[in-house]
Parts: sequence; C-alpha cells; structure tokens
Amino acid sequence: MGFYDFLIQYWPRLLTGTGVTLAQFLLAAVIGIAISLCMGLMKLSQNALMRGAAVTYIEIFRGTSLVVQLYWIFFVLPLFGLTIEKFTAGYLAVGMNIGAYGAELVRGGILSVPKGQWEAALAINMSPAQRMRRIILPQALVSMLPPWGNLMIELLKGTALVSLISVADLMFEARQINASTFLSAQVFGAALVIYYVLARFLVTPFMRWLERHMARKLGRA
Amino acid sequence: MFDWKWDFTWEILPRLISATGNTLIAAGAGYVIAVVLGLMLALAQRTPSRAVTFTVREFVEFIRSTPLILQIFFVFYVGPQFGIRLSPWMSGMIAIGLHYACYLSEVYRGGIESVPKGQWEAAIALNMTTVQKYRRVIIPQAIPPALAGMGNYLVGIFKDTPMLSVIGVAELIHTANAIGSENYRFLEPYTMVGIIFLAISLPAAGLIRLFEGYVRRKLGL
Repeated sequence: MGFYDFLIQYWPRLLTGTGVTLAQFLLAAVIGIAISLCMGLMKLSQNALMRGAAVTYIEIFRGTSLVVQLYWIFFVLPLFGLTIEKFTAGYLAVGMNIGAYGAELVRGGILSVPKGQWEAALAINMSPAQRMRRIILPQALVSMLPPWGNLMIELLKGTALVSLISVADLMFEARQINASTFLSAQVFGAALVIYYVLARFLVTPFMRWLERHMARKLGRA
Repeated sequence: MFDWKWDFTWEILPRLISATGNTLIAAGAGYVIAVVLGLMLALAQRTPSRAVTFTVREFVEFIRSTPLILQIFFVFYVGPQFGIRLSPWMSGMIAIGLHYACYLSEVYRGGIESVPKGQWEAAIALNMTTVQKYRRVIIPQAIPPALAGMGNYLVGIFKDTPMLSVIGVAELIHTANAIGSENYRFLEPYTMVGIIFLAISLPAAGLIRLFEGYVRRKLGL
C-alpha cells in the first residue's frame, strides 16, 4: 500500500492518537513545571530537611529510567493500595521525571540572579515571598527559558513511553496499526513525521515566543 | 498491603544481575557507535558543501526531536518489509547508537567551535592538509571541553536501554517483566531494577564529575 493510500485509510486513528499525545504532553508539562518550582526552591532552602527531601527526589528520578518509574507507578503502587488509572499514571510519571530535571534548571536560574537584586528587594522591605515572586523568579525565568525549550522536547518524546502501559497515544496507535497491517514503514514513518512536526513547529516556536515575550516584559528585548 | 518477600528477592537476584550485564553491554556498545558516528556527523557539518551541511543538520534535528522508542520500532520492523532481517540486538544498537550519535554530534560541535581561531590559522600556516588539521590540531583540543557532555550522555544511554525491551532485548526491564508475569509478583522485580539503576547511575555520574574536574585541572582551565 502506498503512503498516500495508507494515510487516507488510517488518518483518523493517527489523529486521535496525536490528540492523546498532546493531552499527555500538556498535563505532564503542568505537573513537571509545578514539581520543578517546588523542588528547585526546596533545594535552595535554609532548612536541611527540605534540602534533603529535594535532593533525594531529584537523584531518584534522574538516576533511574523513565520506563522503570512508569512501571513502578503503574504496577507497584496498586500493591500499596494506591491504584492509578493508566492515563493518569502516564502523565504523572512523565511529569515527575521531567520535574527532577527542571528542578535543577530552576535552581540554576535563581542562582543566576545578581546579588544586588536580592539586596535591593531586602532594602525596600519586601517579605521573602514577595521578593521571590516579584523580583527573583521573573528574572530567573528569563535566564532559564532556553534550556526549558530543550526539556519540553524531551517531555514530548517521553510521552511516547506511556504507550507501554497501553495509554492509546500516537505511539500506541502506531503499534496497533503495525500489528494488524504490517505496513511498518508507512505507519512508523507517519508517526515519526507527526512527532517531528509537533516538536519543530509547535513546541519549539511556542518556547521561542515565550522567551521573547518574557524578555520584553522585563525590558531586555 | 506491604508484603515484600526477601526469599523471593534473593531468588530472582541472579537473573536480574545477569540482565544487568546485558544492560551494560547494550549501553556500552550503543555508546561506542554513538561516539564514532557522532564525530562523523559533527565533521560532516563542516564540509564546504552547503547542501551536505544542511542535510546532516536537518537529519540530526529530526532524530533529536522524535522519540527513541519509535525509532527502535522503526529500525526493527521496517527492515523485514524490504527483506533485511535484523536481530533485536542489532536493531536496538543501530537505533540507540544513531539517536545518541545525534546528541553527541552537538557536543562535538560545541567543542570544535570552542577551539580558538588562531589554532585554525596556525594549522593552515603550517601547510597542514584538512585531515592533518583536524586530527592533530582541532580534535585533540575539541574533545576535552566536550568530555562533560559526553559523560552525561553515557549515563543517558544507560537509562534509555529499558526501551530496548519492547523489541525483546533481554535487558533489565525485559527480565523484570518476565519474572513478574511468571510469578504474578511485580513489587520486588521492579523495585530491584530501580535500585540497580540508582546503584549504577549515581556513582557513574559522580565519577564523571571527578573525571571532568581532573581533565579541567590538567588543562589548566
């Protein structure tokens, strides 16, 4: 079967798969960003307990593989009485994994804000929370956005692994179509192109736009 | 609820350890391919031909923005469609080696670009051929600053080997899956796999950091 005929016949399934992939991507991104912020700030905390918790989290999630984490959350947590539905387990695992990498970016971004900014915030009598929210984080965000762009691509690629616990994403649909038709070149080729288009023409331009937008907001464009 | 069985853990440990061997072999072999191929991809982007540079650049971008697991499937299933049968190990090594070659080519590129302009000019002034210039002047100076990035990807490739389980390479996760479905117990195998990953990747990351510091001191950086 030619590539064109293949697409005519199977595009609805590839499209629903792409929808699930995008949903997984967005939900995992929300979780990942929340965890990054949380763990990044905790790692800079004065409290040794908080720092220890953050370091443990980061090392565990960066030291093991996403596949292992996914299987653990989906197959082992139910044994502790915590059964998570596969769709939720998917984006949860991917988001928690990315969060560990993002935490280091948050930490680096915050440390890159010049000391004078901290002192100025202190001098105008801001509370630590105000200082972080209004002075430090906006500037940290600008300096850490470029590596976040790469991390978002890694996140999109990571969502392909949720197919291993049978979440019906693009990867899963591709495998199913391959198993029933053996049109491997067509189906895996199409899936590769879809992932590429999502990464190159959706995620990357959005992150670039965000970089420019944030820089302008801080008067640095 | 929590019923960790130590006797079962000891019983499965030898199988997991021999699978760890396979995981390490897969990571090592994949890395060797990636190191060699990555350098070739980096050098291919420096030829006078714009067309070659553009093609290689786009190829690297394509591989870097699509999921490794999909590339593994692609290599494994598309070959037979055209009469080329590859074993799971073969296709796994090709896919993972190529994927990381693209990442490493970026690391090399950074290293090559960091060699001062005077070195390039000196090589030309000494009437070196292009091959001599790269082999004796540029690459020896481009590798040390690239070592940190290369080390990170060695740990990265190790953590990505579980994806090879999907085409039947008997590495750690594949073995844990098998043990789990034979005994209907997933807690111990998956947890042990996580611990094995941590036990290897954390010291490896530490060693790489030490090595990086050593190289930097040696070079007087």
